[in-house]
Amino acid sequence: MTEFDIHEYLEQHRGKDLLRFITCGSVDDGKSTLIGRLLFDTQQVFEDQLAAVERDSRKYGTTGEAPDLALLVDGLQAEREQGITIDVAYRYFTTESRKFIIADTPGHEQYTRNMVTGASTARAAVVLVDATRGMQVQTRRHSYLVHLLGIEHVLVAVNKMDAVGHDRATFESIAGDYDEFARQLGIEHARCVPVSALTGANVTRASESMDWYDGPSVLEWLESVPPAGGEEAERPMRFPVQYVNRPRSDFRGFCGLLTSGTVAPGDPVVVLPSGRRTEVAEVLLHGGAIDRGVAGQSLTLTLADEVDVSRGDMLVHAEQLPRVGDCFDARVVWMHDRPMLPGRQYDLKLAATEVPATPEAIHHRIDVNTLEHQPAEQLALNEIGHCRIRAGRALAFDAYLSQPGSGAFILVDRVSNLTVGAGMIVRPVTDALTDKSENVTWHRQTVDKRSRAAQKAQRPAVLWFTGLSGAGKSTVANALEQALFQRGHHSYLLDGDNVRHGLNRDLGFTDEDRVENIRRIGEVARLMADAGLVVLSAFISPFRADRALVRELMEDGEFIEIHVDAPLEVCESRDPKGLYAKARAGVIRNFTGIDSPYEAPEDPEIVVNTAELSADECVEELLAYLKRRGILIG
Amino acid sequence: MTIRDDHRLTHLEALEAESIHIIREVAATAQRPVMLYSIGKDSAVMLHLARKAFAPGQLPFPLLNIDTTWKFQEVYAFRDRVAAEDDIDLITHRNVEGLEQGINPIEHSPGVHTDVLKTQALKQALSKYRVDAAFGGARRDEERSRAKERVFSFRDRHHRWDPKNQRPELWSLYNGRVADGESIRVFPLSNWTELDVWQYIHLESIPVPSLYFADERPVVDRNGMLVVVDDDRLPLEPGETPRMEQVRFRTLGCYPLTGAIRSEATTLPEIIHEMLIARSSERQGRAIDHDAASSMEQKKQQGYF
Repeated sequence: MTEFDIHEYLEQHRGKDLLRFITCGSVDDGKSTLIGRLLFDTQQVFEDQLAAVERDSRKYGTTGEAPDLALLVDGLQAEREQGITIDVAYRYFTTESRKFIIADTPGHEQYTRNMVTGASTARAAVVLVDATRGMQVQTRRHSYLVHLLGIEHVLVAVNKMDAVGHDRATFESIAGDYDEFARQLGIEHARCVPVSALTGANVTRASESMDWYDGPSVLEWLESVPPAGGEEAERPMRFPVQYVNRPRSDFRGFCGLLTSGTVAPGDPVVVLPSGRRTEVAEVLLHGGAIDRGVAGQSLTLTLADEVDVSRGDMLVHAEQLPRVGDCFDARVVWMHDRPMLPGRQYDLKLAATEVPATPEAIHHRIDVNTLEHQPAEQLALNEIGHCRIRAGRALAFDAYLSQPGSGAFILVDRVSNLTVGAGMIVRPVTDALTDKSENVTWHRQTVDKRSRAAQKAQRPAVLWFTGLSGAGKSTVANALEQALFQRGHHSYLLDGDNVRHGLNRDLGFTDEDRVENIRRIGEVARLMADAGLVVLSAFISPFRADRALVRELMEDGEFIEIHVDAPLEVCESRDPKGLYAKARAGVIRNFTGIDSPYEAPEDPEIVVNTAELSADECVEELLAYLKRRGILIG
Repeated sequence: MTIRDDHRLTHLEALEAESIHIIREVAATAQRPVMLYSIGKDSAVMLHLARKAFAPGQLPFPLLNIDTTWKFQEVYAFRDRVAAEDDIDLITHRNVEGLEQGINPIEHSPGVHTDVLKTQALKQALSKYRVDAAFGGARRDEERSRAKERVFSFRDRHHRWDPKNQRPELWSLYNGRVADGESIRVFPLSNWTELDVWQYIHLESIPVPSLYFADERPVVDRNGMLVVVDDDRLPLEPGETPRMEQVRFRTLGCYPLTGAIRSEATTLPEIIHEMLIARSSERQGRAIDHDAASSMEQKKQQGYF
């Protein structure tokens, strides 16, 4: 190179843009080898690094005589010895048109936590599939997580094509499977490329052995992904105030990174959450005034009026408001050994806003392997839940998928200060069904059990009271329903009074009729739970098999069996309706406890002993239990 | 720098914005932050970014220079010029006990010297000033174990780094919360490469010590390194005669431990040009890293920057 060349090079390098991407796959898929190949072929590897790799290849390598390129990207000593990557590592390389930052995340242990971390800053994803094994459960898992984080540009690198004889049909079959899956997930820009990281085929250059493939190489694809910036600048303006700069009495600058939109002097803005309206006076970049700031820049704004603005506030364009509220539904990824429990308080950080916040309820957990929604009482490490979050005060926010900068948050443990969860806002809770904002369109779900329950801000449950006649089932259930009503819950109590005389008036007290009685009550309870209600049922329901049948009708965790326990002598001495006396006298037959058995629950969710506790004390116990279970909130 | 019509930022503009965001975040949340100032090129870029972050105001935190007393004389002169600038509050700290014990890089191993005069000195200073957040100029591309370093890197009460116990770092939502005695090391240049740093210095005309530029300097060969004879503290071994060579430095460590490279590069474009064709990474010139393949990782666990 001559002096002229270097200046030309510098000019070119100066104009490069930046693309961050994530690589997903396991060591077995050859991910580290693929990254090593990208670094090696783009000449990011120095001789001393290569020498270290050659030295390490003899010690840990898997490629015989050739340097194991995977070792180039292997970081920590412990991992090297275990032969696995256990954290997120960042790598850098540059081509003629672009600088790249790779977030390299492991495929095995802690995959969800690490992948979500790596994907949070990525704009594109490279998902590895082993051509000898085809799409695996982990391919789905990785793709789901990529999609969850809102990454639209996905490249599937079908690796180890050398091991399947560079066979076109093998590749096309895998590509077909993936396309279908990507469509189901809703990934818009997915593309498959056949590669061999080992030989470099289709990584940075086309391959003669796969001349049937005429699409881009991995590197060509990476260079073609639209970079960050353009789209963000088109979105509504969001400026989280990070720092207030007051060097002298006549200057008050509000510092922050413009997460979306553009901003110019004279723009009408609103300070949130206070709602004060003013105008942008100056836009400063590094102390100098500019005509217009764009998304991605760290700016300082001054305002036309002396309004109260501090760190944690958000400045937004007056005609494109975000949501302001203290309650929203979000997808939460849990990142700590101690599970997330509804009702526990955490600190929430969204942009520059920090507020105490409580996950009120877990609507469901998402199984990352099957994508099924499951009921959940808590979120364990690496689990993902759809949760309701209530903040200690109102804050401004957007839906994550439309505005990641004002829709993403972390949860911090208040005692250990650890980052324990990551959240992506789905929608505000205040007006779940209709949204009048012009600028945000919330995805409207079909009306189902969850949406009905969400509307009532509760989790449906069936509280099944069982026990001897006179044990106090109706008394306790009535008192509990009163307590629920006072707390704003939507409930319904099924008992002899409203069932025996209507729905089940054709049934008597034979064993057969008793079974049918409970079956019908169980079905009604299921329908009411489906309507989003907390259902209380107070029947003797003496047979385990019948209660098990009802339990089967409900979703896991929804059926709460409550044994209202009192000794027979106590019940008989209470005898509120004179039934025991009649049974003893032989006037009524098949009376539970006298001439028909009562099969006490073997493993009820909770037992309340009415011989020792008053009805109010029983209610206190039950309320505490329901709170622990996350069924009642607050 | 000007914004393109399509509103996209160049990679340097994006890196600059990210670094400023990180620096402001610390200023807004930490109680007693300091910026570690090692006088090298990375420190120069970090200081430049900090000034941009708070313009038209001044830096809301002091600079902290850990002085092993074994830096090049010219490096000290450069530091003193920076310290004399109006907006700079620079604290210098030395491990006085270590110096009184006579620890030095000539008679002691690089490991002992670095531990006592650099690592221990740094810990002393952070404890003395009860620092809860310290900026450092380290980059992830410098060395393999740094690739996994967080931007906000948590250190316990003993200033130790535990690679298994780092906080997840998502989006640009940094968690700088610490209990009393704990601290965060913050690396605003995490995502910069050596090339980015030099290009930025070039574009922004940031002053750096002239040792980075090639010049005739007295050198001797020692342990496979070209050692510049900076002053009379370097005892010459029998048969060693300093000779003049056109050399420069890629990094500025303690002078007996930092090797020079033969070079003709006297301008920034020439340095960048040379770096593009260089076939060895920048830390190679430092004796400290060669002890073992994973030595950097071990040093970090002990509290080394």
